[in-house]
Amino acid sequence: MKLRTAFIPIAVVTGVSLLVAAAVRPASRKPETDSAPSPSTVANDVDESLSRSWQEKGINPAAPADDLLILRRLSLALHGTIPSLEEIREFQADTEPEKLRRWTRRLLDDQRFADYFAQRLARVYVGSEQGPFIIFRRDRLTDWLSGQLREDRPYDEMVRHLIADTGLWTGTPAVNFVTAARVDEDFDENKLAGRTVRAFLGQRIDCAQCHDHPFRDWKQLQFEGLAAHFGQVALSPFGVEDKQQDYKVQDRETLEERTVAPAVPFSSSWVPDTGTPRAQLAAWITHAENRRFRRATVNRIWGLLFGRAYITPVDDLDDPPPADQPDLLDLLADDFAAHNHSLKYLIETITSTRAFRIASIADDATAPQSAEEAWAAFPLVRLRPEQVIGSILQAASVQTIDRNSHLLVRTIRLIREGDFIRQYGDLGSDELQERGGTIPQRLVLMNGDLVSELIEANLFNSVGGVAAMAPTDEQCVEAAFLICLSRPPTPTESSHFVAQLQGTTDKPRQRVVEDLFWSLLNTTEFSWNH
Amino acid sequence: MAELSPTQISRRDALKLAAAGTLSFALPALDARAAGQRGAEREKSLITLWLAGGPSQLETWDPHPGTKIGGPTQALGTMVPGLRIADLFPRAAEQIHELSVIRSLVSKEGDHERGAYFLKTGYRPDPTVTHPSIAALVTQQQTNDRVEIPRNVLIGNDPFPGRGGYLGDEFDPFKVFNPRDKVSNVTARVGDTRQQRRLSNLEIVEQTFRRGRTATADRTQHRQTVQRALTMMSSEQLRAFEIEREPESVRAAYGESAFGQGCLMARRLVETGVKAVQVTLEGFDTHANNFDGHRENGEILDPALAALVHDLRQRDLLQSTVVLCIGEFGRTPNINALDGRDHWPSGFSALIGGGGLRSGVVIGETDPEGIKKSPADPIEVPDLYATILSVVGVEYDQELITPIGRPLALCEGTPIERLLA
Repeated sequence: MKLRTAFIPIAVVTGVSLLVAAAVRPASRKPETDSAPSPSTVANDVDESLSRSWQEKGINPAAPADDLLILRRLSLALHGTIPSLEEIREFQADTEPEKLRRWTRRLLDDQRFADYFAQRLARVYVGSEQGPFIIFRRDRLTDWLSGQLREDRPYDEMVRHLIADTGLWTGTPAVNFVTAARVDEDFDENKLAGRTVRAFLGQRIDCAQCHDHPFRDWKQLQFEGLAAHFGQVALSPFGVEDKQQDYKVQDRETLEERTVAPAVPFSSSWVPDTGTPRAQLAAWITHAENRRFRRATVNRIWGLLFGRAYITPVDDLDDPPPADQPDLLDLLADDFAAHNHSLKYLIETITSTRAFRIASIADDATAPQSAEEAWAAFPLVRLRPEQVIGSILQAASVQTIDRNSHLLVRTIRLIREGDFIRQYGDLGSDELQERGGTIPQRLVLMNGDLVSELIEANLFNSVGGVAAMAPTDEQCVEAAFLICLSRPPTPTESSHFVAQLQGTTDKPRQRVVEDLFWSLLNTTEFSWNH
Repeated sequence: MAELSPTQISRRDALKLAAAGTLSFALPALDARAAGQRGAEREKSLITLWLAGGPSQLETWDPHPGTKIGGPTQALGTMVPGLRIADLFPRAAEQIHELSVIRSLVSKEGDHERGAYFLKTGYRPDPTVTHPSIAALVTQQQTNDRVEIPRNVLIGNDPFPGRGGYLGDEFDPFKVFNPRDKVSNVTARVGDTRQQRRLSNLEIVEQTFRRGRTATADRTQHRQTVQRALTMMSSEQLRAFEIEREPESVRAAYGESAFGQGCLMARRLVETGVKAVQVTLEGFDTHANNFDGHRENGEILDPALAALVHDLRQRDLLQSTVVLCIGEFGRTPNINALDGRDHWPSGFSALIGGGGLRSGVVIGETDPEGIKKSPADPIEVPDLYATILSVVGVEYDQELITPIGRPLALCEGTPIERLLA
């Protein structure tokens, strides 16, 4: 923590250069890429499917959400932060057609998407634990994932690397999926099998480790057969490899050892004849006919975008419906597979549906809870700690904080994030469960060092900036609202705050603006995606 | 309400206002102790002294001096006939008759993280669900609404803290990393006038967000949590965290260690009405130099435990406070080449008492030769927890539907009759 105090003055200096940079930088970044096919057809099918279900249930959908609010949702989902004032102004000025679609593509092509989504996916694959020292390198894994996402590598191929790669955790980063499950001197085949099936097939067979699954059709023997695919994993000076050896388990009844051969619980014809057991398992999971794989992927991505999976729990899906009665997941999943398992394409499709672009206030005639459950209103979901901190840091700056920002700003961000997340409380790997806020979270936002330091008005932050530079009181209030809540104030709000600003200058004015920022950062609206 | 100044509002009205969601900041002060009652009538609390790393039963409550497995540890007599404990605990030996000893706990988890999970929840780890800790279950039982500070507190650095699990994050413990530091983030950063302005601003913006979705906004519990945080910030009950208010002699009795001072804080918290406090003592994972390690930790644990039990009884709080002293497992009878003991989940010890439980009971026996793996009269951990929950008044066998749709009992054990008075 000593580092932190040393870094702050440097951050200020960096802030100056950023501000100057902002003034001279051209507004647009790079030309829009238009290579991907338009996702609109499938999005329409999804819309129709949802409309039908609303009609059946007698649910009135909510009104469409404001464009700026959708930008906020996109930014939180794809970058883990709210849009900057710089971005908002550019967005507001954009009057060309297909605005949201172009902006979604722009957000996806931004390095911040690859970096943030890599973190989220890493959590799905290896949880949030530290993992075994030395042989598990989370940083390498997330860097690799980030690269895969940036290049939009086919998702099935990514998954095959994760399950079956051999080599060193530094040179072949995908193997960290396997090394994360090393306990003491052994690989934990059960953990690997459980994780693999949960992350990639959306099913919980872990409980079949000790007994047959209470509801689904998973038997203990099937679990052992899956785990046996990891039975040959071994460590050598060259890293993770597969060694010819039998996989033995102790029978829970007889306490005797018995050998278990790799086996899959269904459709064994998908398993190729050659390759290591891990490679065979990977091929089976990602097989073109394995609907569970793509359905689980779509459900997971839906969850990362909305904060709530389409079907919850995200990793305990029912058997797929009959092939001739496809559901909404199938619509998206088949299209995703047909488009080379492109995650960017899938995200573009989901975010262009009516469900993603609908208001979070349910229609008067519909009970809010049932509207949210039927995706007829955008669900209110608490932001993750990283999203909260990303948003606070962004709110303290007028300019976009991204990978182009100076290294030091990002270093400080890392240090502070760690500290903040410890106090705020990590969600662990149950990240898609609905939760209410806690008292320590409110305390850290109201009284913690980070918020206090960041909103103290100075020449270089957004607080000082809007206090000093906004031409009128009204514009000062408007800027603060856009910066923190990505929306202009209502007339009531505007007049309330304008009255506080009236006739103030210098310090007293800064104090009013600091208090305004404090209030905005402590609202439900700030901490909940809506 | 506008014509009333805050000081004219009665406490009850103020609470009503708070419940109505008004962010009124200047609540009149409440009695510093929410729970004035004493004796058996008082609402029950739980203090857990968590010995992280796995304490050796042989160097604590189940010594076997003069045997091959006993090591240099000697035994001390206590006021309980026939009960002898390790000589590292001379002061605890004078208080231990207020508690009972279990020497035959059994578990199947020999890994720190898994063992700690089992010993905190009564359930073996299951990747599909997070079980609430016993502390969270006890906290959930709270009926005293006058407690303004967090009701589940964890003192010290616990690598595997218990969680609220499927009960919700609001039952996670409030963490005090070092009992000698001031509690963090409980002081407003600006003076009263500005704080008032901030809070009234906040209310204005909240109103906008709530328009058309009162029920949904209430479901977030955001405003209620802000209100509870503000109540806590202005509460005199925060004094419970201020151990410096204790006389020097009392502080000294608990020992100078962070753990000792944490035990003192635990007593203050329970006295104020907090339901569950865990105080953590690390350093029991003695794979090498087991005897030195336990001697050092004994010097910390002995005065703290003795002072805590003594203090609770003196203040007539022992009847209403369950005291549990336990770790994730015990240590091997066998002494390894590094003069250490390794993990041993079958036949390890714990102290349990207070809260109206029977005292002076000694349950179970381990093999003095260390050959038999299973202890006599084995006690399952869930049974221990059913015992605690039943005296605290939690319906331990009620089933809740967990987030994965599976009905789960709060606790799968059955109370240990011998410990119930």
